[in-house]
Amino acid sequence: MRIRSQWLSMGVVLAAVAAQPSVAAELRDLYFGEALYRAYQGQYFDALERLDAELAQHHRVDEPELDSLQYHIRQADFSVGDFELRYRMHLRAGRAIKAVLDADVEQPVKNEAAYRLARIQFQKDQPEDALHSLERIQGTVPDNIKDDLEFLRANVYSALGRPADAVEVLKRLQGAESLKGFAAYNLGIALLQAGHNAEALRQLEKAGQIDSRVSATAAVRDKSNMVLGSLLFKSTEYGPAQLAFDRVRLDGPYSNLALLSTGWAEVTAHDYQKALVPWGMLIERDGTDAAVQEARLALPFAYSKLQVYGRAALLYGQALDAFGKELEKADASMRSIRAGKFLQALIREEINQDNLWVVRLRTLPDTPETFYLTELMASNDFQTALQNYLDLEDLHRRLLVWQDSFAAFEDLIRLRRANYEPLLPQVDAHFRELDSQMRLRLEQREHLQKRLQDILTAPRPELLATADERLALESLRKIGRALRSGSGAEHDALQARVQRLQGLLTWRLYTEYPERLTQAHKDLRDLNEDVRLLHERYTAFVRARQAAVHSYVGYDQSIKRLRTHVGEALQRVDTLLARQGQVIEAVAIDELNTRRQRLEAYQVQARYAVADSYDRALKQHAGGGTP
Amino acid sequence: MHKHFLIVMSALLCIWARPSPADESARAQMKGLDEQVQEVKTDVLSIAAELNQLEEKLLYPSDTHLAVFVSLAHGETLRLDAVQIQIDGQLDALRRGGVQRVYSGNIATGTHEIEVSVSAKLANGKDYTQTERFPFTKEIKPKSLGVMLAGPDTPQPGIHLGDW
Repeated sequence: MRIRSQWLSMGVVLAAVAAQPSVAAELRDLYFGEALYRAYQGQYFDALERLDAELAQHHRVDEPELDSLQYHIRQADFSVGDFELRYRMHLRAGRAIKAVLDADVEQPVKNEAAYRLARIQFQKDQPEDALHSLERIQGTVPDNIKDDLEFLRANVYSALGRPADAVEVLKRLQGAESLKGFAAYNLGIALLQAGHNAEALRQLEKAGQIDSRVSATAAVRDKSNMVLGSLLFKSTEYGPAQLAFDRVRLDGPYSNLALLSTGWAEVTAHDYQKALVPWGMLIERDGTDAAVQEARLALPFAYSKLQVYGRAALLYGQALDAFGKELEKADASMRSIRAGKFLQALIREEINQDNLWVVRLRTLPDTPETFYLTELMASNDFQTALQNYLDLEDLHRRLLVWQDSFAAFEDLIRLRRANYEPLLPQVDAHFRELDSQMRLRLEQREHLQKRLQDILTAPRPELLATADERLALESLRKIGRALRSGSGAEHDALQARVQRLQGLLTWRLYTEYPERLTQAHKDLRDLNEDVRLLHERYTAFVRARQAAVHSYVGYDQSIKRLRTHVGEALQRVDTLLARQGQVIEAVAIDELNTRRQRLEAYQVQARYAVADSYDRALKQHAGGGTP
Repeated sequence: MHKHFLIVMSALLCIWARPSPADESARAQMKGLDEQVQEVKTDVLSIAAELNQLEEKLLYPSDTHLAVFVSLAHGETLRLDAVQIQIDGQLDALRRGGVQRVYSGNIATGTHEIEVSVSAKLANGKDYTQTERFPFTKEIKPKSLGVMLAGPDTPQPGIHLGDW
């Protein structure tokens, strides 16, 4: 039972199964594509900013089915949740996904939403809620999440203390390629939790021999071997424990612990000579590592057991020196942290641009504040705190830039006002003049159109006469009226000529009427086209006039409001930044104190042991080989 | 010595069961802070949205707004080094990337010409450069142009301009 409770604290491992958003089909919305582009770069604030704006616009338009985001709307809804999760906004991500779950959508969409919600709940230590979400999944599950979903279900069962259910699920997942190593290791742990110790050992043996070059899988394999070796060690099966420790890679994250454990397995089996090799290797490694420090005491301990007291005394002496130096380092780290240098180191630009920054941080020059903290910095709680600190620092920078930009906006508005305001009265006066002329021409066109319309119902050829013809007809009418009162042959001849000329003109107007009517319609169409162009220019002018005014009018309230919001947000961010920084520094100092206390205890042991070893060496020398 | 051995062994055996470095009160404090950080993130995102609208209205009004986006054809292995965009002969943007907005600016309504030059490395290591010119019309509404790039060994090689 003791063994079981010890291993329960190890917990299960989580595979990196967070879904990566991607454009499954052809991209139809550029702005959605841009949000994805930002997300792929790890710029989740920018990704969220763009996607929020695009979604808000989509929901605002009158006919969203005509909007280009419509083609990606489901993916966009999920991507918001994904981006929020990755930007460590679990509360908002949960709300967004719950909204999808409660909406009137198809069951496969609900299934995916339920899976995502369960994942968030599990990450936030809410396994009951996670199980409840998983129970909402019904019917078909998309292939791309099927294994991940079952893996999550098994982890939830384990967290709820239902290892038998977890075992059942994990057994089905042993063939899943994407979970290679993870499913095998977790099955071993679940079996252990369920009390099937023999089966658990066999399973961990399998997990410890999985062949993979994928670094995450190799790390889980190392972990399996460490757990297996330690279990066997506790059961006094030193030989098999030794084999398990030997399988741990010498360059992996568990290598130091494996070397240390190998040595102890040999010592416990009373083979002190064999313990010298792993411990000898270990003391050459990074002196801040806890396993290395322990090996500094363990190695001379083995030599003393082999009765090589001189060598033991020498090594204890070296250990004493090393512990002294390490204590100085720990003190330097604490001083550096108290001077605020740890937080400064965390926000160094080159660190933020590197995914492996925790690892690199240790190797950077001039960062004594990070000694002893690599392990601490890799822990989940500390990572969350650190990431929050970095996010707050990023928000602080953004808010400062925005605060500065308001002055630039106001300057821009002032310059635009100074440019446009003197010009506008003159422009407006000219525009009013043109406007009245245009209205007159439009009225004339309306009149012509009406006349042509009337002709179509009651033909009047004289209305299609040319200006010359109208003048000629008028002249003939006048002459005709003047000839009414006269008489005589000459008068009759003149009247006949007038009538002939009138007849000629009337003939022409009647015979050419169809062509003239067609031409008149064609001319009207041409005129309409000219009027349309005139209208366009008129509208463009009105818009340009409006744009000129809108370029400097109506911004005052927005800028004032935003300036207040930015100021308030900056104040909150700065307060949180300081508090978050204090927490980080306090945790770091606590960790250093713990390490310091351990080093002091080692120092006391080494001090005692060095004297004891010298004493025994002297006795051995005096006694000719026997202490 | 036996005492020493026990201390060392206990350190080894406890290493797996080692509690979180932060104690419970620190954890609670971190959790409280985490929630406040999430709230402030929500607030700042909402400020960013409002600020974006203001900037768009003030700096890129719709009658002059032009945005150019670059993307790679689906499955394209081209390793893109640079994209150069010239509008009406003016050099406007040079950025690295895949699906990326490379230009956001203002341009008069009417007909214009965009020139897109691409420098890239093909999967076989050879250099690949290509330049194309496309006419386009800017109307009153905001204009978005999508530049799709594909290598020479694809069904539709070269540079393609899409109007969005």
